Amino acid sequence: MPSDIWCVAEQRRGTFLPTIQELLSIGKKLARELQEKLTVITIGSGVESAAREFGKYGAERVLVVDHPALAHYTDEGHARALAEVVRKEDPRALLFPCSANGRSWAGRCAVLLEAGLGTDVTELTIDPQSKTLKMVRPCCGASLLMPLSCRTRFPQMAAVRPGAFPRAEIQAGKTPEVRKIDLDPSRWKLRTQFKGFEEDHSQVKDIAQAEIIVSGGYGVGGADGFSLLEELAKLLGGAVGASRRAVDLGWIPYRHQVGLTGRTIKPRLYIACGISGQIQHLAGMSQSDVIVAINKDSQAPLMKLCNYAVEGDLFELLPALIEEIKKSKG
Amino acid sequence: MIGDKLHIVVCIKQTSSSTNAQFDAKKATVQAAGAQAAINPFDEYAIEEGVRIRERLNSKATVHALSLGPAEAESSLREAIAKGCDGATLLSDPQFEGSDTAATAYLLQKGIEKLGKLKGPVDLVLCGKQTNDSDAGVVGTQVAAWWDVPSAASVRKVVEIAPGNPGKVVVGRMMEDGTDTLEMSLPAVLSIVKEINEPRIASLKGKMASRKAEIAVWRLSDLEAEVEKIGAAGSALRMGETYPPPKRSGGEVIEGKSPQEKAKKLLQKLKETKLL
Repeated sequence: MPSDIWCVAEQRRGTFLPTIQELLSIGKKLARELQEKLTVITIGSGVESAAREFGKYGAERVLVVDHPALAHYTDEGHARALAEVVRKEDPRALLFPCSANGRSWAGRCAVLLEAGLGTDVTELTIDPQSKTLKMVRPCCGASLLMPLSCRTRFPQMAAVRPGAFPRAEIQAGKTPEVRKIDLDPSRWKLRTQFKGFEEDHSQVKDIAQAEIIVSGGYGVGGADGFSLLEELAKLLGGAVGASRRAVDLGWIPYRHQVGLTGRTIKPRLYIACGISGQIQHLAGMSQSDVIVAINKDSQAPLMKLCNYAVEGDLFELLPALIEEIKKSKG
Repeated sequence: MIGDKLHIVVCIKQTSSSTNAQFDAKKATVQAAGAQAAINPFDEYAIEEGVRIRERLNSKATVHALSLGPAEAESSLREAIAKGCDGATLLSDPQFEGSDTAATAYLLQKGIEKLGKLKGPVDLVLCGKQTNDSDAGVVGTQVAAWWDVPSAASVRKVVEIAPGNPGKVVVGRMMEDGTDTLEMSLPAVLSIVKEINEPRIASLKGKMASRKAEIAVWRLSDLEAEVEKIGAAGSALRMGETYPPPKRSGGEVIEGKSPQEKAKKLLQKLKETKLL
């Protein structure tokens, strides 16, 4: 019988991404309802000791596949490894982070396991009768929500949108059962080799991992204008985002682009500066918890959709805001 | 390879332009009615990259567009030829309807298999990052899974492509914190991100070719595919009726006589909501 909720912990060069804490917070809720175990599975090299730490976020069991050949994420290596463990252990549900790699990993696993997969999932519950996952995802540029379910076939799989759930809080005194699983990828004749990594130094923080994003559009006026946004973002411990127009004009690199052709984010606070709010942009950020819009034009679409609208010149407002924040910090 | 030519297949999907989308909840696809049907914007980068690889290899490559969809999707395949593809094939059958991404990927892989048998083994498959309608973004990696070949998603650069036995491809993968470099043996499947190139507009020569092109339409019976694995019945994922998201509670306008006053009030609000 399939049992337990598994959360997939994604790691990059031995460091776990914070998405695992989000998966553990929703995973715990589901596991409680089912009265089943909450398990973390991670795949990497030299990650065993770090993986023990998941106990304090509520994991009751940690499964570790530790092998030098799996140090860096590749579609074929990681999907094969995870699928082999799943076949042996028979979990009820697998929760992935819907990050660049997590999405791809989940997709390949779904085929290997012949399992149903919901992607970009923002709501997750258990159907009490069938004990299957009930998922909801935004689609069509977030203009609609779509309920998803898997046919009663296990495991059930969900790739969860980063930021959709709060992070699990640290709990005292729990030591999880840690189990190392031996796999030998050298026998798989993997055809993908990791050759290297080049860090992007251009940014303070990546938008996918920021709880606060200060974002700029055409109204920012140029690359110079973005330094003002960067100052505010730094002060708030956030990251800088941008509209497609600002990116297309070469004011800021593509990885900052929020929207349909850029990236989709769900921060707690999104401060849009000089962004009118075309539907393509809204697709990438409309799920933010709180939206502030700063614009000269009070009729801009985003000014109508946001939680707090501030009409005015961003070159006057942002310095004033930076000043106020500095004052309040003392 | 087709003779001494690298055989590239680009998977594309016809969707409607995102500004005026009509969504069909049952089919989880954007309807052509009312909105102009076009190639999924993300797939344009895949087409362009295929054409650029052919140019890089001094025409020792052929680029074939493949799509799964209704009969009307033929117009998007003609568009792909206008933009530089050498040929195109449409997979179209009422039995394909309702397929989830895994089932769609299965059918595309069967199409790729057949193209390989007819023309010569396929070496490289290119897909867009995602579609602008059902936007799951996993079709490329799932085609590779069915095919059992290596794949990479979020490809921002094709660093090197070398036909041979086996050939190889080296790519840059865009990550949250920088760029990974991966080397894969061919055949392989790449999912392309927008940053990789700037798609060209169709040339006059391309437009002429697209008008004359014969586009084969393959039904289920043309593919060596198991019917149990396709359509709504063969899909492991069930898609329900879509509904609009709850409206945001009405926005509050932050008033003030000066920028300083507005900034102060805004900061107060953000502190009240415990965001700062």
